[in-house]
Amino acid sequence: MKVKINGKEHEIVSGPGTTLVDVLRYELRLTGTKEGCGTGSCGSCTVLVDGRAVNSCLVIVGEVEGKEITTIEGLSRQGTLHPLQQAFISQGAVQCGFCTPGVILTAKAFLDSNPHPTESQIRQAIAGNLCRCTGYDKIVRAIMSVANS
Amino acid sequence: MAKYSVVGKRIPRIDALSKVTGTAVYSGDITLPGMLHGKVHRSPHAHAIIRRLDVTKAQALEGVMAVITASDVPGYKIRSPLLLAEMPHLAQDKVVYAAQPVAVVAATSVEIAEKAVGLIEVEYEELPPVLDVLESMKPETPPIYPNLYTNFIARPPSDKDSKPSNIAYHISINRGDLEAGFREADLILENTFRTQTVHHGYLEPFAAVASVDIGGKVTIWTQSQGVFIARQMIAEFLGLLPNRVNLVPVEIGGAFGGKSYLPLAPLCALLAMKTGRPVRMEMSRDEVLRDGRPAPGSVTTIKMGVTKKGYITAASASFIYDAGAFPEMSHTMFVRGNTFSQYKIPNIKIEAFDVLTNTVPVTFYRAPSTPQSHFAIESQMDLVSRALGMDPLQLRIQNTTAEGDITPSGEILPRVGFKETLERMAEYLKQKGSLQGKNRGRGVASGFWHGAAGSWGAYVQVNTDGSVTLVIGVTDVSGSRTSIAQIVAEEFGIPMEAVSLVVGDTDTAPWASPSVGSQTIYSLSHAVYRACQDAKDQLRHMAALRLGVEASEIEFAKGLATVKGDTEKSVSLGSLARYSVSFRGPGPIVGRGSIGGLPPAPSVAVHAVDVEVDKETGKVKVLSYAVAQDVGLAINPLSIEGQIQGAVTQGIGWALMEGYQFDRGKVQNTTLLDYRMPTATDVPMIDTLLVEVGSSTGIYGLRHVGEPPMVATLAAIANAIHSATGVRLKTLPMTPEAILKSIKKQGKS
Repeated sequence: MKVKINGKEHEIVSGPGTTLVDVLRYELRLTGTKEGCGTGSCGSCTVLVDGRAVNSCLVIVGEVEGKEITTIEGLSRQGTLHPLQQAFISQGAVQCGFCTPGVILTAKAFLDSNPHPTESQIRQAIAGNLCRCTGYDKIVRAIMSVANS
Repeated sequence: MAKYSVVGKRIPRIDALSKVTGTAVYSGDITLPGMLHGKVHRSPHAHAIIRRLDVTKAQALEGVMAVITASDVPGYKIRSPLLLAEMPHLAQDKVVYAAQPVAVVAATSVEIAEKAVGLIEVEYEELPPVLDVLESMKPETPPIYPNLYTNFIARPPSDKDSKPSNIAYHISINRGDLEAGFREADLILENTFRTQTVHHGYLEPFAAVASVDIGGKVTIWTQSQGVFIARQMIAEFLGLLPNRVNLVPVEIGGAFGGKSYLPLAPLCALLAMKTGRPVRMEMSRDEVLRDGRPAPGSVTTIKMGVTKKGYITAASASFIYDAGAFPEMSHTMFVRGNTFSQYKIPNIKIEAFDVLTNTVPVTFYRAPSTPQSHFAIESQMDLVSRALGMDPLQLRIQNTTAEGDITPSGEILPRVGFKETLERMAEYLKQKGSLQGKNRGRGVASGFWHGAAGSWGAYVQVNTDGSVTLVIGVTDVSGSRTSIAQIVAEEFGIPMEAVSLVVGDTDTAPWASPSVGSQTIYSLSHAVYRACQDAKDQLRHMAALRLGVEASEIEFAKGLATVKGDTEKSVSLGSLARYSVSFRGPGPIVGRGSIGGLPPAPSVAVHAVDVEVDKETGKVKVLSYAVAQDVGLAINPLSIEGQIQGAVTQGIGWALMEGYQFDRGKVQNTTLLDYRMPTATDVPMIDTLLVEVGSSTGIYGLRHVGEPPMVATLAAIANAIHSATGVRLKTLPMTPEAILKSIKKQGKS
């Protein structure tokens, strides 16, 4: 089975019933994708599938055959950070960092389809991503700063 | 903060780049060649005797490399000797809570390990579980441990009761004349408040990886708030000397006190020793919630007497904490230092108890014991202000303690910005204006945290390019690496980029106490500061010789050692370092610093919250939230704001939605859908007002920061709900259902 991940075609050896998060973390060693709950409740395992944010713990790899996956490792291009990555650093939106990849990818998918959101739309958009460290304040500000720039 | 060039600046975390790119390494990210996978067999019962334990079927399964039960543990069969009591890692004859580990398996895949866990046969004889703290305390209730006697903290051990008891710890404080104090009061209020068991909710589940080298040395990668204490504990469990065990630092995905305990690492290491292969163990979220040491529920009764003018004359209180099934972590010991320390109360009586039940054992969570005790105290203060028709901040300002006052535990208070912080909040609210709108209300509350200190070491070296390397053994749970690097940059007069901060493993780094008690930056900064001074003294002498002046005339700025008052005369740190290691040089410039025995620098945080309550559904919307906190000196405001905003959000969850649901001692809500924590839609932006009343003991005046902003949240929200609805909730969580019930009850009465 072939899956395109971060622009590169990968031949997957895990069975088609393996969860995408397990394939990413344990077969491909793309450990930037985190698993916090395994039931789609925390958003830590969020990746982009054809540009849409999905919980990779709820998707089996067989479902994404032939699709294009972006993980946090594929977000920066040739050493240049994505504006969201830069904003998360400079606005202090990163603390323990475990939720960070998932939140950034959710925010990317959201801003791609809604480039000028309100604060409340941003909060709705990331409501599936739990963060226990920041209280969301600086995360929301970081996303707003990218939307406004 | 013009006084400093790096300290006090909003500097982004030095670990943020690795975290936004997914390259930061956490325990569960590590894979080693030939690695096995470990899984735990857990008790299905809350209280039962183990009649038979048979692992032969599990052992016979293909792919199973080892099965371990309590009798296989070579060293301590008990947990840390550094805790107050010592409990087994694997149950031996009896299980005392549901999900207690009984056996552990290592296999070539996670699937085989899970299957083997299911093949372990255990015959249990169920015992009636003790589930309620008040029931458990009664002398007629059978003790969970037949040989456990009450420990009286701060009293001689000979004072132990003659009878075994489920009360694990008890403290008792009496100051002044309580009855006389109540006689002087014009108003006496007595109330009982209850809080629920809650979880820290860190997003990273527990994980550990262990391997053993050919010489038998054990290396462990695991998230721990204190790697040196963890090393000691694991070594004793394995029957090894601590220098035969090395703990390697990894990123820690949220901790909040919950990762001071090690549920997997000792077992993982033992499996690696038994099999000779590396082993990884990871907990599922279900396991984290069932066996991940939550914070205790509590029952608190407070009686308080005040004069008509609002002066407190007397208070008595009993604090009861549900310890769960292990008497290993005392919360009452924190009641001593933290309750009623912010108010002048001439006559006081405090009783506090840690009480055992057959539920999951508890551990420390962000200001342990104190959000619970302050839910009661600060709700009570609010009721007093309502009864007297007084402004709640004014009531607190009028009763606040000051430097030199003696706390209930007998400690003399150092300078703390109680008054400054309360006044700052009063000013903020005045500017904000009163809250308008139907079903809306404002609540205020104040929280005190005494803090801790610990023992720490630090090494610095000045490099030949003028940069400085710092080696420490700290676990960063709060942005401590960044703040500590700021101190090094400040002290040497170099930019942040010229500081290389290395967190060493337990083989290479100097000792670090655990990152708990909001002590890390406060105490570690002393060791780092001293290491910097040590190296700077060496630089000064070298620079003085080079420039032909006295060493005392040398100062440091912009990467140079300069003669005071003569910026023309200078030499770069790089040049001095290159000389130091040259043929004629005195040897490398290495600084060393240590600290121990530091007194804490207590802190206060005052909260104000506006809420709106939907009277049809009972749902609370938090409209706005502000915290004024005495941080001593804001070493990195960006980081401190984040600490405050995170703590408040955890507090909002605790107040309004979170809570363990037990059925006969078994946790029922074991997913993050059922154990619901605040999302971005549940909280507003959180305003932070940083008050800087420098402490007398902290470098630059630093104080404890991370825990204080959690303390007052629960009461602040209850007080706001009272303002909005006229009903007083004395039991947490204040769910829509509970609020609606109270509103309806009030309507009837």
